[in-house]
Amino acid sequence: MKENTISKSLWDFFSGLKLTMFLLITLAIISIVGTVIPQGSPPPEYLQTISQAKLKLYQALGFFDMYHSWWFILLLAMLTVNLLACSVKRLPYIWKTITRPVTTLDDGLEKTLSNLSAIQTRGDAGTIGDRVAAILKAEFAEPVITETDGGIHLFAQKTPWCRLAVYAVHLSVIIIFIGAIAGSLFGYKGFVNILEGESVQKAISRSEKEIDLGFAVRCEKFSVSHYPNGAPKEFKSILTVLENGRPVAGYDRVPVIVNDPLTYKGITFYQSSYGKVGEYRFTVSDIDGKNGASLAVKSNSMARLPSGGELAVLETTPDISQYVQGLTGPAAKVEFCASNDRKQSFIVYANHPELNLQNARQSGGPLIHYKGGEELMYTGLQVAKDPGVWVVWLGCFLMVVGVYAAFFMSHRRIWVRIENESVTIGGNASKNQGAFQSFFDRLVEKIKAQLSVEEKK
Amino acid sequence: MTSSLLFNITTIAYLVSMLVFFIFLASRNKTLGGAGSAFAFGGLVLQTLAIGLRWKESYALGIGHAPLSNLYESVVFFSWTIVLIYVLLDLKYKYRVIGAFVMPFALLGMAWAQLGLDNGIQPLVPALQSNWLLYHVITCFLGYAAFAVACGISIMYLIGGKGDDKGNGRTASAGIAAMFPSSRILDDLNYKAIMIGFPLLTLGIVTGAAWANYAWGTYWSWDPKETWSLIVWFVYAAFLHARITKGWVGKRAAVLSVAGFAATIFCYLGVNLFLSGLHSYGG
Repeated sequence: MKENTISKSLWDFFSGLKLTMFLLITLAIISIVGTVIPQGSPPPEYLQTISQAKLKLYQALGFFDMYHSWWFILLLAMLTVNLLACSVKRLPYIWKTITRPVTTLDDGLEKTLSNLSAIQTRGDAGTIGDRVAAILKAEFAEPVITETDGGIHLFAQKTPWCRLAVYAVHLSVIIIFIGAIAGSLFGYKGFVNILEGESVQKAISRSEKEIDLGFAVRCEKFSVSHYPNGAPKEFKSILTVLENGRPVAGYDRVPVIVNDPLTYKGITFYQSSYGKVGEYRFTVSDIDGKNGASLAVKSNSMARLPSGGELAVLETTPDISQYVQGLTGPAAKVEFCASNDRKQSFIVYANHPELNLQNARQSGGPLIHYKGGEELMYTGLQVAKDPGVWVVWLGCFLMVVGVYAAFFMSHRRIWVRIENESVTIGGNASKNQGAFQSFFDRLVEKIKAQLSVEEKK
Repeated sequence: MTSSLLFNITTIAYLVSMLVFFIFLASRNKTLGGAGSAFAFGGLVLQTLAIGLRWKESYALGIGHAPLSNLYESVVFFSWTIVLIYVLLDLKYKYRVIGAFVMPFALLGMAWAQLGLDNGIQPLVPALQSNWLLYHVITCFLGYAAFAVACGISIMYLIGGKGDDKGNGRTASAGIAAMFPSSRILDDLNYKAIMIGFPLLTLGIVTGAAWANYAWGTYWSWDPKETWSLIVWFVYAAFLHARITKGWVGKRAAVLSVAGFAATIFCYLGVNLFLSGLHSYGG
């Protein structure tokens, strides 16, 4: 007995609208947190603005990835259970209303109807019934005719299935969740940078894991075009898909721009960013010119020097004369980091060894000459595979159609009882009572007119 | 005739409409209600022409695109949708006086756009070069506008709420509330406006997700704008479910409707002004 009451109160709790209201409002308020606190790995500038205690608290509560935290997922799971429980509770009754409608108008039903009218007439019940049936068929819907001892009953209805719309919306939420879960289990989101002329076979996922694409993608060319006012107009990568080193027919030199991605074997590539990578050549030697060696330094990376310390390139120009009068040729601004971690930056030249010597003396480091370099564009592509996305779209479609039907369609029913030369007409609608009322009044007028015409003959 | 001039005349028409509605409230002169509506209708026609003209002007500049691409254009479009939803409700239900509480929103938008925002026609950045822009913006703003109208109606409910929550008409009404429809009608109109807004917002979120998926490969990334649109959706979903429970009609429903519109405005403007994200027109 006791178990029964517990399970009943649990059932009442989970199938109740109070829980729905609580969950919707709680979700609305709690979601704000993640829009104020940066999600993912918060930038250092942000971390400096909060105290250590706050940082610990936020981390413990999962605020830096709150939409995937256990308590947010729990709320969504409770919403799902609530949706299901509500539907299970109410659906059998609604289903019965739709599939097994009450086709006779008895006193009990009559009392519940907000639209009701009675007409006195004369004649044979069967003939009156046929007339009313014809009007209902023409003006509303074909009626079901039931004969009882008391008389003849007519029942007609329109769009009974729209009562299911609200359950379709509930179902659509669950379908979207299923699609999202499928996407996160069987799909991935990643990123690749491809240098012009080079190809890649692997992407890097958001969790910094390598993903094997199963084929290769080559970036033939990347370009940016601008409007006259300098605003960017188009970012374009020309991509080729390679299988076993050969271009795939139909995927050779495909232009990919923002808002126009490339999909191959369920994996889609989206134009997302771009950048320049340079490779710069230097010679490095002792200050007296001994122990010379050549050195290549890539942009955004540090190169280790043979004599100790590291070198990075900050910026370069093929011609220094446009910046400094009297100097010519290529130049590079470098950052030299000696073994003792002291950083110094200076400019090294291709055509001015005397200045390079001066640098070496001042920095106490090696003698560095710049030999020029090459710059290549690279394209940054988002890579995504999401086998669940179609399930999500199915859910969205069902939701939009369901919401429309739930708000704008109404289940309308009309009953007519003919007994003892009295015609009783009743009706109701699941929504938009005002419009139904005026329709009902017009219908009653038509029936009245028709029946009195019959009488006069 | 330039679109800019037409927008200025539109702003004046909305101002006059609002003032006439205010005098109507104070004087209870029925003719003035009609005049207020007439100015709103006229303004709407002018603004429609102006938006079309601005669209055409962008083509003349060689950077043709729908005028929905920056903050100025979105605020102008928001005003247009608010008046459109009001006019549709007015034609259907004939409660003129609602204009007194809806036109201020439209006027505020137009005045801000005309006086405070840069109205230059800019070329479309690559991220916005898609037909989804049209579908997404139109559905979202029609939804927002319906919520604005619902908010105006709810404010009327809260001001004039002498009638009880069960929907019985108020007894002796005084002051500006004298011209208000009964509480029951206001409650019903609030529901009707949200009934228009909710499917449109749903469609707006879905088209946004579809566009994001098409352009970036993720239909949902918990970007602040996305999250706020979901917050708005939750609030109005709560409002709609509230109507099934007995305790949440009338005053509580009106408060939810006002809260929903506050969230809507934050979703539209606050996110751009205070938070960072993918919808960059806030500038």
